[in-house]
Amino acid sequence: MIFFKLIVTNLRRHRIRTLISIAGIAFSVAAMLTVVTILQGAIGMFSGILSSDSQMIVFERDVSDLFFSNVPSTALEAISSWPMVAHADPVVFGIVSSAGHPIITCFGVTTADARIRKATWITGDRAAFGRNSEDVVLGERAAQFLGVRIGDQVPIGHAVFHVIGVVKTANGFEDGGVFMPLGSAQSFFHKEGSSSVITIKLKSKDDASSFKKMVKANFADLVALEDDEFNRSYSQFKILKATAWAVGACGLLLGGLGVANTMIMSVFTRIREIAILRVNGFSHLQLGGMILGESAVVSLIGATSGSLVGICILFALKRVPALDGYVDPTIHPLILLVVILLALLTGIAGAFYPAVYAMRVRAVEALRFE
Amino acid sequence: MNIPAMDGHQDVVLRAENLWKSYDHGSIAVLKGVDLKVHAGQAVALCGPSGCGKSTLLHLFAGLDESDQGRVIVNGVEVNSQSNLLRLLRHEIGFVFQLHNLIPDLTLAENCLIPTVAAGIDHRTAQARLRDLTERTGLSHRLNQRIQKLSGGERQRTALCRALMNRPGILLADEPTGSLDEQTSVSVFELLLELVASEGITLLMATHDRKLAERCDHLVEMHDGRIHELVLSQ
Repeated sequence: MIFFKLIVTNLRRHRIRTLISIAGIAFSVAAMLTVVTILQGAIGMFSGILSSDSQMIVFERDVSDLFFSNVPSTALEAISSWPMVAHADPVVFGIVSSAGHPIITCFGVTTADARIRKATWITGDRAAFGRNSEDVVLGERAAQFLGVRIGDQVPIGHAVFHVIGVVKTANGFEDGGVFMPLGSAQSFFHKEGSSSVITIKLKSKDDASSFKKMVKANFADLVALEDDEFNRSYSQFKILKATAWAVGACGLLLGGLGVANTMIMSVFTRIREIAILRVNGFSHLQLGGMILGESAVVSLIGATSGSLVGICILFALKRVPALDGYVDPTIHPLILLVVILLALLTGIAGAFYPAVYAMRVRAVEALRFE
Repeated sequence: MNIPAMDGHQDVVLRAENLWKSYDHGSIAVLKGVDLKVHAGQAVALCGPSGCGKSTLLHLFAGLDESDQGRVIVNGVEVNSQSNLLRLLRHEIGFVFQLHNLIPDLTLAENCLIPTVAAGIDHRTAQARLRDLTERTGLSHRLNQRIQKLSGGERQRTALCRALMNRPGILLADEPTGSLDEQTSVSVFELLLELVASEGITLLMATHDRKLAERCDHLVEMHDGRIHELVLSQ
């Protein structure tokens, strides 16, 4: 109890300094949590596009980005005929610009595609999709930021399309996208006779392994992955995740330096007190533990408050209309645990040198002079 | 210098053998071959002018400093390792400084309990010892006071309680009344003598005050880093 009191007493002795350290850790944790969760959410949404009513995805092997993938129609025809396949849906991904909007995601899909079948149609008729090559369906957000309604003409890239419907989807990317008939998209993006990917629904999940083997045996240039496998291995996702953690780690490093500075000052300003503890039988480990304990308390309070701030930021972002559908405020418990542990470790690492310094204090020298 | 043992106290608890100590890379010699034996239960005063080496000798006995040459033996064990030192400071030696050296942000009770935390003594035992010592030193009504609110005499009595918390067999006191006024100095010193006598503690005390020193069992004169004479008290 006295040991803990010594820890708390010192932190209370320099309240402002302690609060600044806590704030440093808290903002670092909040930043890390926010960035990682937003990017995880973005990855989740993108993978949600791919896994819409499907379990597997077939795309071109060794391609750096799915936008550059080409899966020939002959492969689609062959795969569709395999007995374990319930349905195979080709999808063309494309990115174009429109007046005032540098990036609009386009989806070239068939009428049977789950994105069209399962979307909530705010205006328009699902049956009309695909009848005319110049017709497009817009996600609700896309319709809003393009300022168009059903029946309007909308310039997209180098062409003008006719809006035949507006749909609401839960996925932010889809809600801000444009749905074109597959043939129109193939033509528009110069992918005649191919698609970007084929999403596959199997009759039985147990057939996943044999399906992958068949793809490998029949199409040397293609690869089939289960959705989870794809999420783990897709290089763009890896880059995004690495970026998120790197940004967060930089934030934490800054927070850790703040704690280190606080703890160094803390030790230097109470050398005499440390000497008193030493004369009264405190071991090196007890002294070091006391300094590390102070740092752990700062880090723990910082990590906890930072987590709360991060959650509040995510919920606030969720409420921003422009980001609706793009931000998933659900924080994965594992991410929360990792972030808090990293904050603790960073704080404790920051106190390592001050702790060693405290352990080396020579009591007689510290007490010799007032 | 072998201080004669009193009846029933034959064990040598503090022994210095040919102790040499200097500072600033040997340019300031503080101890020049000190030999001293103190037997269990004795109250010994070290007298001498400032800089004669009294404090340094006490620091060496407590393991707070290292000699350049010679041996320090406490309770038959040479003080030469970290584990020795911890055992000494936790269980065998209590130290009182001229300045109380209490932690100002803690209460009187918390300051006194520090040695028990270091030694891992259980809370109940520590509390009982705290009550006993503070009652005997007249501090029991001030247990929850912060150090800043205590008088000079109370602070030094608190330091004395803290030094005795773990029931050490030896008390080293470095000018324990040096920062107090004359009246308070006498009362604190009497309390110190009373406590060491009642608990059978060996006392080695550095002091400038010849009158106080003469009330100890023995008085050792130090001069220029050497022990010059042993004055047996009346």
